[in-house]
Amino acid sequence: MPVSPGTPFPRAVLQNPMEVEALARAQAGDHQAFAQLYSLYKRRIYSLCLRMLGKLAEAEDLTQEVFLQLHRRIASFRGDSAFSTWLHRMAVNIVLMHLRKKGLAVISLDQALEPEAEERAGRSFGAPDLSLSGAIDRLALARAVDGLPAGYRLIFVLHDVEGYEHNEIAAMLDCSDGNSKSQLHKARLKLREALRTNSRQEARR
Amino acid sequence: MTLDANNPNCAAFQVRLPDLAGSGEKIAADPHLQSCEHCRALLADLVKIAEAARQLYPVAEPPDRLWEQIESAIRNEKDGSDRR
Repeated sequence: MPVSPGTPFPRAVLQNPMEVEALARAQAGDHQAFAQLYSLYKRRIYSLCLRMLGKLAEAEDLTQEVFLQLHRRIASFRGDSAFSTWLHRMAVNIVLMHLRKKGLAVISLDQALEPEAEERAGRSFGAPDLSLSGAIDRLALARAVDGLPAGYRLIFVLHDVEGYEHNEIAAMLDCSDGNSKSQLHKARLKLREALRTNSRQEARR
Repeated sequence: MTLDANNPNCAAFQVRLPDLAGSGEKIAADPHLQSCEHCRALLADLVKIAEAARQLYPVAEPPDRLWEQIESAIRNEKDGSDRR
């Protein structure tokens, strides 16, 4: 599973006793305990929103929405999964709903089944090639990710940054595993093209 | 080095690539890659991008005012439900 050392939500989180106690008290309506949970999870949720949305103001709004939803629903948490996993999934779903409300085509089955002309197999590889040499410039990659269409960015962040598996993404986005794989592949191809373009521009300077 | 978009083997490989990449199988063992420098370079780049992505984003700190806004929203919700 592609989970990085810095990935905020390792799947098998062992909850510490303080967290377990804060959770139980927050479920019973203790506001201070809820504030403690906020302190524990605010960075993770905010970072997730920021990665998925790419905009500070939206990330703040959605982080607020996630914790409001958490406040409404915390009593319903039954411990079937780790609290962090439950909260993370809730946050992803809230961001997805937000993107859908904005009218962004988060995922398009049609697009996956019928690639755009520029993405037809082989077409984007026909130009004189310039392989990415050496380590990838993090800033250039971050800019390239920011420039991805929302749907591609979402899949890329969920899979390559957050470490979700294709079957998990498919369940969240209500699409097939194949669609998730296809969208991720296209996202990486677009990033490759953006990085190559960047390298060419750097070389000309 | 140029990629041959008209090479049917490359095209066929690239159609299979999303599935191969998501299957956890060892793509490097794919027979096409043994003989195709273009597709090896493509694959190496995609792997490099996926690896770089894991180090891409540091954990960010939300602004302090956010908790005040959340508390305020919680209070408003509570007041609203008390009035009903």
